[in-house]
Amino acid sequence: MTAMIGLFPTCLGEAVHRQAVRDAAGLLRRAGVEATPVRGATCCGQPAWNSGFADDARRVARRTLGAMEGLDAVVVPSGSCTAMMRLHWRELFHGDRDEERAQRISARVFELSQYLVDEVAWAPEPPAQRMPVAYHDSCHMLRELRLREQPRALLAAVADLRELPRADRCCGFGGTFSVRYPDVSTAMADDKIATAAAAGIGVLASADPGCVMQIEGRAARTGAGLRVVHLATVVAEALA
Amino acid sequence: MSGFGERAAAALADPLKQANVPRFAERTADHRVEAFREIDGEGLRTAAERIRSGAVADMPALLDLLQERLEANGAVVYRAATGADAARYVTDIARRHGDMVVKSKSMACEEIGLNEHLEAAGIEVVETDLGEFIVQVAGEAPEHIIMPAIHKSREQVRDLFEPLAGRPLGTEPADLIAFARGYLRERFLSAPVGVTGVNFAVAETGTVVMVTNEGNGRMCSSLPRVHIAVMGMERVIGQVSDLSVLLPLLTRSATGQKISSYVSMLSGPRRDGEGDGPDEMHVVILDNGRSRLRDTPYRSVLNCIRCGACQNVCPVYRHIGGTAYGWVYGGPIGAVLTPLLHGDQELGQASSLCAACDDVCPVRIPLHDLLLRLRRDRAAESAGRAERLAFRLWSAAWSRPWLFRLSTRLAGSARGPLPILRRWTRTRDLEVHR
Repeated sequence: MTAMIGLFPTCLGEAVHRQAVRDAAGLLRRAGVEATPVRGATCCGQPAWNSGFADDARRVARRTLGAMEGLDAVVVPSGSCTAMMRLHWRELFHGDRDEERAQRISARVFELSQYLVDEVAWAPEPPAQRMPVAYHDSCHMLRELRLREQPRALLAAVADLRELPRADRCCGFGGTFSVRYPDVSTAMADDKIATAAAAGIGVLASADPGCVMQIEGRAARTGAGLRVVHLATVVAEALA
Repeated sequence: MSGFGERAAAALADPLKQANVPRFAERTADHRVEAFREIDGEGLRTAAERIRSGAVADMPALLDLLQERLEANGAVVYRAATGADAARYVTDIARRHGDMVVKSKSMACEEIGLNEHLEAAGIEVVETDLGEFIVQVAGEAPEHIIMPAIHKSREQVRDLFEPLAGRPLGTEPADLIAFARGYLRERFLSAPVGVTGVNFAVAETGTVVMVTNEGNGRMCSSLPRVHIAVMGMERVIGQVSDLSVLLPLLTRSATGQKISSYVSMLSGPRRDGEGDGPDEMHVVILDNGRSRLRDTPYRSVLNCIRCGACQNVCPVYRHIGGTAYGWVYGGPIGAVLTPLLHGDQELGQASSLCAACDDVCPVRIPLHDLLLRLRRDRAAESAGRAERLAFRLWSAAWSRPWLFRLSTRLAGSARGPLPILRRWTRTRDLEVHR
């Protein structure tokens, strides 16, 4: 019996980063994993959870949780959504009728690079030419999931990986924080862009659609010559 | 009163704050990293968490013991239920002895607005920590728990000091410090009352412990006839041996120092036959909402040793400084303490939830989790109807896959009617990769 692997696009993946979701599916295929989009899944509930609206978060997460029943693994091209599902769902569904299900399924959720590197030990064929790229750590992926080396390993395999100074400093997205306090959020993005510019970095990859949206959106507005790309897209382009 | 967003915007528009706060916060955070490299930092943090959690659990008994031992040592202990009680007590004593108080840095005193109380009673207050002195002369409040004047340039300090000096001063730090030293020395020698903070209070010996780098705390506690130490009740610890963990962890976390220049351990006033020390020593033990927290899921916030490490790594603090948080404490610890002790529930939102604070807190306060918990409290208690309705509509839509697909498609084409899109696009493009 073959394992059933799902790919969860996430809300930002659906709304603004479909290319990254397609690229994630492509990378999984190259790694010998046939992943199908999780049918009926919407969002992990994080926007409401991080704003304190647990009931609303649970209502949405329950839909997504139910859609993941029966899958052996769920791969997510987003560090913060993975952290929400792997770590916060336990608390979100604590004492709930779906508590057991949430615990069972959350353990099968993997961030994309985590899955490719740790679970299937994928080693891509190195391309002839390696383009320089730096990696920005997303907060929840680094400090909640402790995934630091996995995305770097993927990038180092196919690209000329440079270290971004203070790569672990928040880009200012923070979900609803970015629209609740846009001034502070934007200053944080400017900080990130200035640090990349000072280090001579032209391409910045992140494993979180939120970080990409934030840094890319601000760089585009200010005319900063920084390309910000989802990890899956950088790797897919390098192998194309 | 303006909200956090407005105060933050004002701080972002202050070029000197923008130039100085990130620089000094980052430098201090780097010093901490260096200082932790040579020790088993994780082991020490675990030990410190255990000591602090134990002390908070035993707090009522430890405070009784502390009081008993302090009184046996000849000190007077006053338990203040509120900030107003504490301020009144200190002001009464000060008035009895004269019209001037020298003061060393104390966040508890900031919390109770002690200087305003004293000044309203006609008593001159002189802050003697250099950073506190600078912000006092500027008529401001501290921007940082450890570095009150983190936002000031040396040019600003010169401009603040020159009118006091009555002569031109350069911008050399050594010259500015020399002036402050001379100015403060006269006050140390003439003030009848010294007020200090407390870093730790050891119950078993009845000892208050003070950590400073300038020696001003020791001057305040030993030169005036009367010394008043003001402590938050959660400063109490059980044993002197606990200090072997807490002191080095405090200084390494705060400034990256193995130990501070001065560590003062004061167990009562001057005794017969002793050469120096005050005639009277008072210890004010301040509750001001703390004991209530012991029975809540927020209990661990009482573990805080006020090192400021969470501020130095906070990407939000970095851009706005401490006073933008609206009360005494800034940064992540301020975002947690302010709603709990001061009631402003909005402050729990003043974080991008990056969790950098969790990794540096020397006593492992789960600040990130506490912020999330505060947000749940706010959602249940004080969130506006529009916000509640927005999340209710959101969850109704996104628990239905077809409505989810429709709304993500609309948002992706930036055609949604939502005001949040406008709040996004005011400063950022919405780049869509279909």
